Amino acid sequence: MLSESQFNIDPSLVIWDEIIPGGTYWSRIIKKGTTLRISAPEGSRGFSFLCYNADNIIERYNTADTAKIQFNAFLKKGKLLYSDMGRVLFSITEDTCGNHDTLSGCSNVSTNSAKYGEGSFYRSSRDNFLLALAKRNMGKRDIMPNVNWFAHVAVDSIGNLVWAEQMASVGDFIDLRAEMNVLAVLSNTPHVLDPSPIYDPTSIQVTVWNTPAYRNDDLCRTSCPEAIRGFQNTDAYFEELSALAR
Amino acid sequence: MLATSVQSNELDPKQAIYDQVLPARRPWMQLIKKGQTLRIIDLGGNQAVDVLIYNAADQGDRYSAPDTIRNQGNIFITTGTKLYSSDGNVLMTVLHDTCGKHDTSGGACSRESNSVRYGLEKKWLHACVENYLYALKDYGMGKQDLVSNINFFMNVPVSEDGTLQIVDGISEPGSTVDLRAEMDVLFLISNCPQINNPCNAYNPTPIQLVIWDAV
Repeated sequence: MLSESQFNIDPSLVIWDEIIPGGTYWSRIIKKGTTLRISAPEGSRGFSFLCYNADNIIERYNTADTAKIQFNAFLKKGKLLYSDMGRVLFSITEDTCGNHDTLSGCSNVSTNSAKYGEGSFYRSSRDNFLLALAKRNMGKRDIMPNVNWFAHVAVDSIGNLVWAEQMASVGDFIDLRAEMNVLAVLSNTPHVLDPSPIYDPTSIQVTVWNTPAYRNDDLCRTSCPEAIRGFQNTDAYFEELSALAR
Repeated sequence: MLATSVQSNELDPKQAIYDQVLPARRPWMQLIKKGQTLRIIDLGGNQAVDVLIYNAADQGDRYSAPDTIRNQGNIFITTGTKLYSSDGNVLMTVLHDTCGKHDTSGGACSRESNSVRYGLEKKWLHACVENYLYALKDYGMGKQDLVSNINFFMNVPVSEDGTLQIVDGISEPGSTVDLRAEMDVLFLISNCPQINNPCNAYNPTPIQLVIWDAV
Protein backbone atom coordinates (compact mmCIF):
# COMPACT_ATOMS: atom_id res chain seq x y z
CA MET A 1 0.00 0.00 0.00
CA LEU A 2 1.18 3.51 -0.71
CA SER A 3 1.96 5.64 2.26
CA GLU A 4 -0.14 8.49 3.63
CA SER A 5 2.36 10.93 2.19
CA GLN A 6 0.99 10.22 -1.28
CA PHE A 7 -1.91 12.57 -0.56
CA ASN A 8 0.58 15.36 -1.22
CA ILE A 9 2.71 14.76 -4.29
CA ASP A 10 6.37 15.73 -4.05
CA PRO A 11 6.64 18.55 -6.66
CA SER A 12 9.86 17.02 -8.00
CA LEU A 13 7.82 13.98 -9.14
CA VAL A 14 5.29 15.96 -11.18
CA ILE A 15 5.56 15.59 -14.97
CA TRP A 16 2.41 17.39 -16.08
CA ASP A 17 -0.20 19.50 -14.37
CA GLU A 18 -3.21 21.02 -16.06
CA ILE A 19 -6.67 22.38 -15.34
CA ILE A 20 -9.49 20.96 -17.49
CA PRO A 21 -12.33 23.51 -17.72
CA GLY A 22 -15.90 22.32 -17.32
CA GLY A 23 -17.51 21.13 -20.56
CA THR A 24 -14.24 20.33 -22.31
CA TYR A 25 -12.30 17.16 -23.07
CA TRP A 26 -8.72 16.03 -22.63
CA SER A 27 -6.55 13.11 -23.60
CA ARG A 28 -3.01 12.07 -22.91
CA ILE A 29 -0.83 8.97 -22.95
CA ILE A 30 0.04 8.05 -19.37
CA LYS A 31 3.36 6.23 -19.36
CA LYS A 32 3.72 2.95 -17.49
CA GLY A 33 5.04 3.65 -14.02
CA THR A 34 3.52 7.10 -13.78
CA THR A 35 0.23 7.97 -12.10
CA LEU A 36 -2.63 10.12 -13.33
CA ARG A 37 -4.20 12.03 -10.45
CA ILE A 38 -7.56 13.59 -11.23
CA SER A 39 -8.72 15.98 -8.55
CA ALA A 40 -11.65 18.28 -7.95
CA PRO A 41 -10.30 21.60 -6.64
CA GLU A 42 -13.82 23.05 -6.74
CA GLY A 43 -15.69 19.76 -6.22
CA SER A 44 -17.13 17.92 -9.21
CA ARG A 45 -20.42 16.54 -10.48
CA GLY A 46 -18.60 13.76 -12.30
CA PHE A 47 -16.75 13.26 -15.55
CA SER A 48 -16.67 10.47 -18.16
CA PHE A 49 -13.59 8.45 -18.98
CA LEU A 50 -12.24 5.93 -21.50
CA CYS A 51 -8.82 4.27 -21.69
CA TYR A 52 -6.80 2.11 -24.08
CA ASN A 53 -3.43 0.39 -24.39
CA ALA A 54 -1.58 3.33 -26.00
CA ASP A 55 0.77 0.97 -27.86
CA ASN A 56 -2.09 -1.06 -29.36
CA ILE A 57 -5.39 0.76 -29.13
CA ILE A 58 -7.47 -2.26 -30.15
CA GLU A 59 -6.82 -3.37 -26.56
CA ARG A 60 -9.16 -1.32 -24.44
CA TYR A 61 -10.89 -0.91 -21.12
CA ASN A 62 -13.62 -3.50 -20.59
CA THR A 63 -16.29 -2.51 -18.10
CA ALA A 64 -17.91 -5.94 -17.89
CA ASP A 65 -14.63 -7.82 -17.39
CA THR A 66 -13.55 -5.25 -14.80
CA ALA A 67 -16.80 -5.80 -12.87
CA LYS A 68 -17.00 -9.58 -13.03
CA ILE A 69 -13.30 -10.21 -12.37
CA GLN A 70 -13.60 -8.12 -9.19
CA PHE A 71 -17.17 -9.20 -8.35
CA ASN A 72 -18.28 -5.58 -8.12
CA ALA A 73 -19.69 -3.06 -10.58
CA PHE A 74 -18.35 -0.03 -8.71
CA LEU A 75 -14.78 1.24 -8.68
CA LYS A 76 -12.85 2.32 -5.61
CA LYS A 77 -9.37 2.23 -4.05
CA GLY A 78 -7.55 -1.07 -4.54
CA LYS A 79 -9.45 -2.04 -7.67
CA LEU A 80 -8.07 -2.40 -11.18
CA LEU A 81 -9.22 -1.30 -14.61
CA TYR A 82 -8.91 -4.37 -16.82
CA SER A 83 -8.50 -4.40 -20.58
CA ASP A 84 -10.32 -6.87 -22.81
CA MET A 85 -7.08 -8.85 -22.99
CA GLY A 86 -7.02 -9.91 -19.35
CA ARG A 87 -4.40 -7.29 -18.48
CA VAL A 88 -4.33 -4.29 -16.19
CA LEU A 89 -4.50 -0.76 -17.61
CA PHE A 90 -4.74 1.22 -14.38
CA SER A 91 -4.60 0.50 -10.64
CA ILE A 92 -6.69 2.73 -8.38
CA THR A 93 -4.00 3.43 -5.80
CA GLU A 94 -5.82 6.23 -4.00
CA ASP A 95 -9.41 7.40 -3.97
CA THR A 96 -11.00 9.82 -1.55
CA CYS A 97 -14.47 9.49 -3.10
CA GLY A 98 -15.45 5.85 -3.72
CA ASN A 99 -18.18 3.96 -5.61
CA HIS A 100 -17.54 5.38 -9.06
CA ASP A 101 -20.16 4.47 -11.69
CA THR A 102 -19.59 2.07 -14.59
CA LEU A 103 -23.21 1.22 -15.51
CA SER A 104 -24.85 4.41 -16.73
CA GLY A 105 -22.84 5.32 -19.80
CA CYS A 106 -22.40 8.86 -21.01
CA SER A 107 -24.41 11.91 -21.97
CA ASN A 108 -25.19 12.58 -25.62
CA VAL A 109 -26.93 15.29 -27.64
CA SER A 110 -30.38 13.88 -26.84
CA THR A 111 -29.89 13.52 -23.10
CA ASN A 112 -28.39 17.00 -22.88
CA SER A 113 -31.17 18.59 -24.94
CA ALA A 114 -33.78 16.92 -22.74
CA LYS A 115 -32.14 18.22 -19.58
CA TYR A 116 -30.71 21.61 -20.47
CA GLY A 117 -32.56 22.61 -23.64
CA GLU A 118 -31.25 22.88 -27.17
CA GLY A 119 -27.88 24.48 -27.68
CA SER A 120 -24.38 23.61 -28.76
CA PHE A 121 -23.02 25.10 -25.55
CA TYR A 122 -24.07 21.97 -23.69
CA ARG A 123 -21.25 19.73 -24.81
CA SER A 124 -21.99 16.04 -24.21
CA SER A 125 -19.63 13.27 -23.19
CA ARG A 126 -20.21 11.32 -26.38
CA ASP A 127 -19.46 14.32 -28.59
CA ASN A 128 -16.38 15.11 -26.52
CA PHE A 129 -15.20 11.51 -26.82
CA LEU A 130 -15.73 11.61 -30.60
CA LEU A 131 -13.70 14.82 -30.92
CA ALA A 132 -10.88 13.60 -28.69
CA LEU A 133 -10.72 10.29 -30.55
CA ALA A 134 -10.95 11.88 -34.01
CA LYS A 135 -7.64 13.63 -33.33
CA ARG A 136 -6.06 10.21 -32.91
CA ASN A 137 -7.71 8.79 -36.03
CA MET A 138 -10.19 6.90 -33.88
CA GLY A 139 -13.97 7.01 -34.05
CA LYS A 140 -17.23 5.74 -32.67
CA ARG A 141 -16.27 2.09 -33.05
CA ASP A 142 -13.61 2.88 -30.44
CA ILE A 143 -16.16 4.03 -27.87
CA MET A 144 -17.11 1.33 -25.40
CA PRO A 145 -19.00 1.55 -22.09
CA ASN A 146 -17.20 4.16 -20.01
CA VAL A 147 -16.38 4.99 -16.40
CA ASN A 148 -18.03 7.92 -14.66
CA TRP A 149 -15.64 9.03 -11.95
CA PHE A 150 -16.87 11.11 -9.02
CA ALA A 151 -20.43 9.82 -9.49
CA HIS A 152 -22.26 7.13 -7.55
CA VAL A 153 -25.24 5.33 -9.06
CA ALA A 154 -26.59 2.60 -6.79
CA VAL A 155 -28.67 -0.42 -7.83
CA ASP A 156 -31.71 -1.30 -5.71
CA SER A 157 -33.07 -4.77 -4.88
CA ILE A 158 -35.03 -5.07 -8.14
CA GLY A 159 -32.29 -3.70 -10.36
CA ASN A 160 -33.38 -0.07 -10.60
CA LEU A 161 -30.66 2.55 -10.93
CA VAL A 162 -30.67 5.02 -8.06
CA TRP A 163 -28.87 8.34 -8.43
CA ALA A 164 -26.92 8.79 -5.20
CA GLU A 165 -26.26 12.43 -4.47
CA GLN A 166 -22.65 11.69 -3.65
CA MET A 167 -20.17 13.58 -5.72
CA ALA A 168 -16.66 14.83 -5.27
CA SER A 169 -16.15 17.44 -2.55
CA VAL A 170 -13.54 20.14 -2.81
CA GLY A 171 -10.13 18.45 -2.88
CA ASP A 172 -11.32 14.91 -3.61
CA PHE A 173 -9.11 12.95 -5.99
CA ILE A 174 -8.36 9.57 -7.55
CA ASP A 175 -4.92 8.19 -8.39
CA LEU A 176 -4.70 5.92 -11.42
CA ARG A 177 -1.32 4.20 -11.69
CA ALA A 178 -0.57 3.23 -15.28
CA GLU A 179 0.37 -0.46 -15.50
CA MET A 180 1.08 -0.14 -19.23
CA ASN A 181 1.29 2.91 -21.49
CA VAL A 182 -2.33 4.01 -21.35
CA LEU A 183 -4.23 6.44 -23.56
CA ALA A 184 -6.66 8.21 -21.22
CA VAL A 185 -9.57 10.19 -22.67
CA LEU A 186 -11.85 12.24 -20.45
CA SER A 187 -14.88 14.43 -20.93
CA ASN A 188 -15.47 16.90 -18.12
CA THR A 189 -19.23 17.00 -18.48
CA PRO A 190 -22.00 16.37 -15.91
CA HIS A 191 -23.07 12.79 -15.26
CA VAL A 192 -25.90 11.76 -17.58
CA LEU A 193 -28.16 10.95 -14.62
CA ASP A 194 -27.33 14.10 -12.67
CA PRO A 195 -30.82 15.57 -12.16
CA SER A 196 -29.62 19.17 -11.97
CA PRO A 197 -31.12 21.18 -14.88
CA ILE A 198 -28.21 23.61 -14.72
CA TYR A 199 -25.21 22.86 -16.91
CA ASP A 200 -22.37 23.92 -14.65
CA PRO A 201 -19.47 21.43 -14.77
CA THR A 202 -16.57 22.64 -12.64
CA SER A 203 -12.91 22.55 -13.58
CA ILE A 204 -10.98 19.45 -12.68
CA GLN A 205 -7.22 19.07 -12.37
CA VAL A 206 -5.01 16.42 -13.92
CA THR A 207 -1.56 15.77 -12.52
CA VAL A 208 0.78 13.15 -13.97
CA TRP A 209 3.57 12.16 -11.60
CA ASN A 210 6.36 9.64 -11.34
CA THR A 211 5.20 6.86 -9.09
CA PRO A 212 7.47 5.35 -6.46
CA ALA A 213 8.36 1.72 -7.17
CA TYR A 214 5.64 -0.51 -5.81
CA ARG A 215 6.40 -2.72 -2.86
CA ASN A 216 5.87 -6.46 -2.69
CA ASP A 217 2.77 -5.93 -0.56
CA ASP A 218 1.29 -3.41 -3.02
CA LEU A 219 -2.48 -3.41 -2.39
CA CYS A 220 -3.53 -3.35 -6.04
CA ARG A 221 -1.15 -6.10 -7.16
CA THR A 222 -1.94 -8.48 -4.33
CA SER A 223 -5.54 -7.90 -3.24
CA CYS A 224 -6.88 -11.21 -4.64
CA PRO A 225 -5.84 -14.17 -6.83
CA GLU A 226 -7.46 -12.50 -9.84
CA ALA A 227 -5.31 -9.38 -9.39
CA ILE A 228 -2.18 -11.51 -9.16
CA ARG A 229 -3.09 -13.29 -12.40
CA GLY A 230 -4.02 -10.00 -14.09
CA PHE A 231 -0.54 -8.71 -13.33
CA GLN A 232 1.04 -11.99 -14.42
CA ASN A 233 -0.62 -11.46 -17.81
CA THR A 234 0.47 -7.79 -17.88
CA ASP A 235 4.05 -8.58 -16.88
CA ALA A 236 4.21 -11.30 -19.56
CA TYR A 237 3.13 -8.75 -22.16
CA PHE A 238 5.95 -6.41 -21.17
CA GLU A 239 8.46 -9.25 -21.21
CA GLU A 240 7.35 -9.86 -24.80
CA LEU A 241 7.75 -6.17 -25.69
CA SER A 242 11.13 -5.83 -24.04
CA ALA A 243 12.39 -8.96 -25.82
CA LEU A 244 11.45 -7.32 -29.12
CA ALA A 245 13.34 -4.16 -28.17
CA ARG A 246 16.55 -6.04 -27.41
CA MET B 1 -44.59 -19.85 -17.45
CA LEU B 2 -44.82 -21.65 -20.74
CA ALA B 3 -48.61 -21.32 -20.65
CA THR B 4 -48.24 -17.53 -20.53
CA SER B 5 -46.04 -17.73 -23.56
CA VAL B 6 -48.66 -19.56 -25.61
CA GLN B 7 -51.47 -17.24 -24.47
CA SER B 8 -49.80 -13.98 -25.26
CA ASN B 9 -47.97 -15.03 -28.31
CA GLU B 10 -49.72 -15.55 -31.60
CA LEU B 11 -46.65 -16.50 -33.60
CA ASP B 12 -47.29 -19.84 -35.29
CA PRO B 13 -44.18 -22.00 -35.64
CA LYS B 14 -45.58 -23.33 -38.93
CA GLN B 15 -45.39 -19.81 -40.36
CA ALA B 16 -41.75 -19.31 -39.43
CA ILE B 17 -39.28 -18.52 -42.21
CA TYR B 18 -36.36 -19.95 -40.22
CA ASP B 19 -36.29 -22.64 -37.55
CA GLN B 20 -32.96 -24.17 -36.60
CA VAL B 21 -31.18 -25.60 -33.58
CA LEU B 22 -27.84 -23.98 -32.82
CA PRO B 23 -25.59 -26.59 -31.23
CA ALA B 24 -23.88 -25.96 -27.91
CA ARG B 25 -20.75 -23.77 -27.99
CA ARG B 26 -21.41 -22.42 -31.51
CA PRO B 27 -21.63 -18.90 -33.02
CA TRP B 28 -24.43 -17.59 -35.27
CA MET B 29 -24.82 -14.31 -37.13
CA GLN B 30 -27.62 -13.27 -39.42
CA LEU B 31 -29.47 -10.27 -40.82
CA ILE B 32 -32.86 -9.75 -39.14
CA LYS B 33 -35.01 -7.40 -41.19
CA LYS B 34 -37.13 -4.61 -39.78
CA GLY B 35 -40.41 -6.03 -38.49
CA GLN B 36 -39.18 -9.61 -38.27
CA THR B 37 -39.30 -11.38 -34.91
CA LEU B 38 -36.57 -13.66 -33.61
CA ARG B 39 -37.37 -16.17 -30.89
CA ILE B 40 -34.56 -17.71 -28.86
CA ILE B 41 -35.49 -20.90 -27.02
CA ASP B 42 -33.36 -22.17 -24.14
CA LEU B 43 -34.01 -25.83 -24.92
CA GLY B 44 -32.20 -27.39 -21.99
CA GLY B 45 -32.59 -24.53 -19.51
CA ASN B 46 -29.92 -22.46 -17.80
CA GLN B 47 -28.00 -21.76 -21.02
CA ALA B 48 -26.44 -18.31 -21.40
CA VAL B 49 -26.90 -16.86 -24.91
CA ASP B 50 -24.45 -14.01 -25.51
CA VAL B 51 -25.79 -11.48 -28.00
CA LEU B 52 -24.61 -8.33 -29.78
CA ILE B 53 -26.74 -6.39 -32.27
CA TYR B 54 -25.62 -3.97 -35.00
CA ASN B 55 -27.49 -1.47 -37.15
CA ALA B 56 -27.12 -3.23 -40.53
CA ALA B 57 -26.83 0.12 -42.33
CA ASP B 58 -24.08 1.41 -39.99
CA GLN B 59 -22.20 -1.26 -38.11
CA GLY B 60 -20.55 1.37 -35.89
CA ASP B 61 -24.01 1.99 -34.46
CA ARG B 62 -24.29 -1.04 -32.19
CA TYR B 63 -25.99 -2.31 -29.07
CA SER B 64 -25.21 -0.21 -26.02
CA ALA B 65 -25.70 -1.79 -22.62
CA PRO B 66 -25.41 1.52 -20.72
CA ASP B 67 -27.88 3.34 -22.98
CA THR B 68 -30.33 0.44 -22.70
CA ILE B 69 -29.97 0.30 -18.91
CA ARG B 70 -30.20 4.05 -18.44
CA ASN B 71 -33.17 4.61 -20.72
CA GLN B 72 -35.30 2.14 -18.75
CA GLY B 73 -33.68 2.89 -15.38
CA ASN B 74 -33.09 -0.80 -14.66
CA ILE B 75 -30.16 -3.13 -15.22
CA PHE B 76 -32.20 -6.16 -16.36
CA ILE B 77 -33.67 -6.93 -19.76
CA THR B 78 -37.22 -8.30 -19.93
CA THR B 79 -40.54 -7.88 -21.72
CA GLY B 80 -40.86 -4.32 -22.98
CA THR B 81 -37.16 -3.50 -22.92
CA LYS B 82 -36.05 -1.44 -25.88
CA LEU B 83 -32.54 -2.41 -26.93
CA TYR B 84 -30.77 0.86 -27.69
CA SER B 85 -27.76 1.52 -29.88
CA SER B 86 -24.82 3.76 -29.07
CA ASP B 87 -26.25 6.41 -31.43
CA GLY B 88 -29.56 6.37 -29.57
CA ASN B 89 -31.61 4.24 -31.97
CA VAL B 90 -33.91 1.40 -30.93
CA LEU B 91 -32.48 -1.72 -32.55
CA MET B 92 -35.00 -4.24 -31.22
CA THR B 93 -37.80 -4.55 -28.68
CA VAL B 94 -38.29 -7.46 -26.30
CA LEU B 95 -41.86 -8.49 -27.14
CA HIS B 96 -42.12 -11.39 -24.78
CA ASP B 97 -40.00 -13.17 -22.21
CA THR B 98 -40.85 -16.23 -20.15
CA CYS B 99 -37.62 -16.14 -18.12
CA GLY B 100 -38.22 -12.88 -16.23
CA LYS B 101 -34.88 -11.15 -16.48
CA HIS B 102 -31.71 -11.25 -18.49
CA ASP B 103 -28.26 -9.82 -17.83
CA THR B 104 -26.41 -7.07 -19.68
CA SER B 105 -23.71 -6.23 -17.10
CA GLY B 106 -21.55 -9.36 -17.06
CA GLY B 107 -20.20 -9.22 -20.60
CA ALA B 108 -18.88 -12.15 -22.60
CA CYS B 109 -16.32 -14.71 -21.52
CA SER B 110 -12.98 -14.62 -23.29
CA ARG B 111 -9.87 -16.75 -23.12
CA GLU B 112 -8.14 -13.76 -21.56
CA SER B 113 -10.71 -13.01 -18.86
CA ASN B 114 -11.00 -16.73 -18.12
CA SER B 115 -7.24 -16.79 -17.49
CA VAL B 116 -7.63 -14.05 -14.89
CA ARG B 117 -10.78 -15.39 -13.28
CA TYR B 118 -10.08 -19.11 -13.15
CA GLY B 119 -6.34 -19.72 -13.70
CA LEU B 120 -3.80 -18.95 -16.41
CA GLU B 121 -4.13 -22.44 -17.90
CA LYS B 122 -7.84 -21.76 -18.63
CA LYS B 123 -6.88 -19.60 -21.58
CA TRP B 124 -7.00 -22.67 -23.80
CA LEU B 125 -10.72 -23.16 -23.26
CA HIS B 126 -13.25 -22.07 -25.88
CA ALA B 127 -14.98 -18.76 -25.11
CA CYS B 128 -17.64 -16.39 -26.39
CA VAL B 129 -15.19 -13.81 -27.74
CA GLU B 130 -13.71 -16.57 -29.94
CA ASN B 131 -17.20 -17.26 -31.29
CA TYR B 132 -17.86 -13.57 -31.83
CA LEU B 133 -14.65 -12.96 -33.77
CA TYR B 134 -15.19 -16.07 -35.88
CA ALA B 135 -18.69 -14.94 -36.90
CA LEU B 136 -17.81 -11.25 -37.35
CA LYS B 137 -14.98 -11.93 -39.80
CA ASP B 138 -17.47 -12.93 -42.50
CA TYR B 139 -18.99 -9.44 -42.29
CA GLY B 140 -15.66 -7.63 -42.45
CA MET B 141 -15.94 -6.87 -38.75
CA GLY B 142 -13.70 -7.64 -35.81
CA LYS B 143 -12.55 -6.84 -32.32
CA GLN B 144 -13.35 -3.14 -32.63
CA ASP B 145 -16.99 -4.17 -32.88
CA LEU B 146 -17.09 -5.92 -29.50
CA VAL B 147 -18.76 -4.11 -26.61
CA SER B 148 -20.71 -5.11 -23.52
CA ASN B 149 -23.35 -7.58 -24.65
CA ILE B 150 -26.64 -9.12 -23.57
CA ASN B 151 -26.61 -12.48 -21.81
CA PHE B 152 -30.03 -13.95 -22.36
CA PHE B 153 -31.07 -16.55 -19.76
CA MET B 154 -28.12 -15.58 -17.51
CA ASN B 155 -28.62 -14.44 -13.91
CA VAL B 156 -26.28 -11.72 -12.65
CA PRO B 157 -27.75 -9.89 -9.65
CA VAL B 158 -26.13 -6.61 -8.58
CA SER B 159 -26.42 -5.53 -4.93
CA GLU B 160 -26.74 -2.02 -3.60
CA ASP B 161 -23.03 -2.00 -2.79
CA GLY B 162 -22.22 -3.01 -6.36
CA THR B 163 -21.52 -6.69 -5.65
CA LEU B 164 -21.95 -8.57 -8.90
CA GLN B 165 -21.78 -12.29 -9.49
CA ILE B 166 -22.85 -14.85 -12.07
CA VAL B 167 -25.09 -17.21 -10.12
CA ASP B 168 -27.32 -20.20 -10.81
CA GLY B 169 -29.70 -19.67 -13.67
CA ILE B 170 -33.40 -18.89 -13.45
CA SER B 171 -34.21 -20.17 -16.92
CA GLU B 172 -36.36 -23.31 -17.14
CA PRO B 173 -36.01 -25.69 -20.08
CA GLY B 174 -38.06 -24.21 -22.92
CA SER B 175 -37.78 -20.59 -21.78
CA THR B 176 -38.20 -18.18 -24.66
CA VAL B 177 -37.49 -14.58 -25.49
CA ASP B 178 -39.02 -12.86 -28.55
CA LEU B 179 -37.25 -9.88 -30.12
CA ARG B 180 -38.74 -7.69 -32.84
CA ALA B 181 -36.32 -5.84 -35.10
CA GLU B 182 -37.10 -2.11 -35.26
CA MET B 183 -34.62 -1.66 -38.10
CA ASP B 184 -32.52 -4.02 -40.22
CA VAL B 185 -30.02 -5.47 -37.76
CA LEU B 186 -27.12 -7.89 -37.75
CA PHE B 187 -27.72 -10.28 -34.88
CA LEU B 188 -24.67 -12.01 -33.40
CA ILE B 189 -24.89 -14.95 -30.99
CA SER B 190 -22.37 -16.96 -29.07
CA ASN B 191 -24.06 -19.97 -27.52
CA CYS B 192 -21.87 -19.71 -24.45
CA PRO B 193 -19.28 -22.48 -23.94
CA GLN B 194 -18.30 -21.41 -20.39
CA ILE B 195 -17.77 -24.33 -17.98
CA ASN B 196 -16.12 -22.51 -15.07
CA ASN B 197 -19.20 -20.87 -13.56
CA PRO B 198 -22.91 -21.73 -13.22
CA CYS B 199 -24.08 -19.68 -16.24
CA ASN B 200 -24.57 -22.85 -18.28
CA ALA B 201 -25.05 -25.23 -15.34
CA TYR B 202 -21.49 -26.44 -16.20
CA ASN B 203 -22.97 -28.11 -19.28
CA PRO B 204 -23.44 -25.99 -22.43
CA THR B 205 -26.55 -27.03 -24.37
CA PRO B 206 -28.19 -26.27 -27.76
CA ILE B 207 -30.67 -23.45 -28.34
CA GLN B 208 -33.39 -23.04 -30.97
CA LEU B 209 -33.73 -19.98 -33.19
CA VAL B 210 -36.99 -19.17 -34.96
CA ILE B 211 -37.67 -16.17 -37.20
CA TRP B 212 -41.03 -14.83 -38.42
CA ASP B 213 -41.65 -12.20 -41.05
CA ALA B 214 -43.49 -9.04 -40.11
CA VAL B 215 -47.19 -9.76 -39.63
